[in-house]
Amino acid sequence: MTTAEQAPEGGPTALTGPGRAHTALVSPDSDAAAVHGVKRRRSLLDRPYALASPLLLVMALFFVGPLILTIIVSFWEYTQYSIEPAFVTTNYQDVFYQCVAKLPNLCVTFATYLSTLKFCFIVWAITLVLGFTLAWFIVFEVKKTSTQIALFLICTIPFWTSNVIRMMAWIPLLGRNGLVNQVLMSMGIVSEPQEWLLYSDFAVILAFIHLYTMFMMVPIVNSMMRIDREIIEAARDAGAGIWTIALSVIAPLCRPGIVIGSIFVITIVMGDYITVGVMGGQQIASVGKTIQVQMQYLQFPIAAANAVVLLGAVLMIIFAMTRLVDVRREL
Amino acid sequence: MNERGRRYYVLAGIFTLFVLFLYGPMFAIFALSFQGPEGGLTFPMRGFSTHWFSELWKGVGVVDIWAAFGRSLRLGAVVSALTLVISLPAALAYRIGFRGATLLFYTVIASLIVPSIVVSLGIGLEFRLFDDWVKEFIVGHQTSTGLFSSALGAHLTWTLPFGLLILLAAFNRFDRRYEEAARDLGASPWQTLWLVILPIILPSLIGIGLFGFTLSWDELARTSQAIGGRNTLPLELRGLTQTVTTPAVYALGTVVTGVSLVVIGFSLATITLIGRARSRRGR
Repeated sequence: MTTAEQAPEGGPTALTGPGRAHTALVSPDSDAAAVHGVKRRRSLLDRPYALASPLLLVMALFFVGPLILTIIVSFWEYTQYSIEPAFVTTNYQDVFYQCVAKLPNLCVTFATYLSTLKFCFIVWAITLVLGFTLAWFIVFEVKKTSTQIALFLICTIPFWTSNVIRMMAWIPLLGRNGLVNQVLMSMGIVSEPQEWLLYSDFAVILAFIHLYTMFMMVPIVNSMMRIDREIIEAARDAGAGIWTIALSVIAPLCRPGIVIGSIFVITIVMGDYITVGVMGGQQIASVGKTIQVQMQYLQFPIAAANAVVLLGAVLMIIFAMTRLVDVRREL
Repeated sequence: MNERGRRYYVLAGIFTLFVLFLYGPMFAIFALSFQGPEGGLTFPMRGFSTHWFSELWKGVGVVDIWAAFGRSLRLGAVVSALTLVISLPAALAYRIGFRGATLLFYTVIASLIVPSIVVSLGIGLEFRLFDDWVKEFIVGHQTSTGLFSSALGAHLTWTLPFGLLILLAAFNRFDRRYEEAARDLGASPWQTLWLVILPIILPSLIGIGLFGFTLSWDELARTSQAIGGRNTLPLELRGLTQTVTTPAVYALGTVVTGVSLVVIGFSLATITLIGRARSRRGR
């Protein structure tokens, strides 16, 4: 059973396998053996654990392992030069330093989370409305399937190209001497360059919408495609207007797509530090940025504690969201 | 919804505006990368030239852009191949079913939605602790982080979920009767895989392989803390946006995007061609 023994490298085996299968094709014995009731040798292809083990290995080594280590290290101590195994909660105390004592004033961590949550909510609301509208157009208004596919591809292609470039692309448009300011001034709408266009909350939100609307749109399109058109006809026959159909018929039926899209957008915005950094001119605080800076200074344990808190916050939001939608459905 | 009423035109208008919003800034970058030699980072363009591409060719700043280009290219190729070679057997395992299949599935999904910075930090930590441990045994050991260890792993946590999900969807639509027919005719499992299953799911496989490449080619957040000393192209590019103040940085943006678009175009064209060939043969 050499094939099974090579299981961890399932891939290479899969590549050499067919060659052997081909020689079996010309050998008349294989069929005869089956006919005579000789049990066929069990193939690697019948062994799910062997087949799944490379995936399991990668996930264990580069996802689950690192997460567990992050939790462990968040309880360690650190000096300027090294990190030391220990079990202390000082890192978490540092993360939430004076957070309760200073209330109602916000400590650094609460302020950072509040700022991140603000971006999260605005971006989520806009991408949801926009994603839903765009999906509606592709699914219900466009008749030809080939046009639908073409429009869908037009929206998704930018997703496969670099985020940095798509962010960078706003700079010549929004900058002090950028195209938008030039146009606004030549039209006499403003008399001097608008500074708030770039390196601001506005720029960050604009970039997020530019980058991630399709994370919301694609799952919604996916859900909408499955909706039976007759349900809409029935609603219309029953006298429902277009807004009633959209909000009381289509939206609830798109719930899985909306939830998946929302989870994507929320987790991305919560952990982001690159978009906030580039578009905010390195001036706006974000949770991800805090972690990145602490790593730069090799303060791994406190960075880990921050990462654990972030992960907890993200999971709580996801959990609350799925609950929220469930509750609404039951009402 | 049978007639093209006002709603159709309003929505078509919104869609068109969104597409302009999506592509407009990108075109600004492409246009400005052909800026004349005297031109700057903003409009108006002063002439039209390929000056900044030749500047780019000579190298920008202190970093070796072309070395980073090569690194990204090699890493992308390896990530793409591994994504295929790991997600295909895994998807086959899901067709058989096994204990813990659900847990593994949720782990893969979690890998997609846990914030990149957390994954990146974890991998960085893991390799750091591993290095500390190795140093006790091997004098002079520097680091195990690198392109084909930590960065490769970081990229796989991003590409494998896509690979698995695409294949599970493909197998969802798969008509098992083809396979049963092959088995009834005496085909071995390998023959069934090679001659029946793989040709049917070929478009999905091409998609996974080539999109695996572009995902890796453009990946930034997961690599940033997990790569060690040497950078990939997106990381260099991010650095350059803060230091380089000539349109050469736009020229680099155009080149990077060009590679992505060529790969996407190539994969979409191949998938379409396979589809056409099939419908012609009446499969």
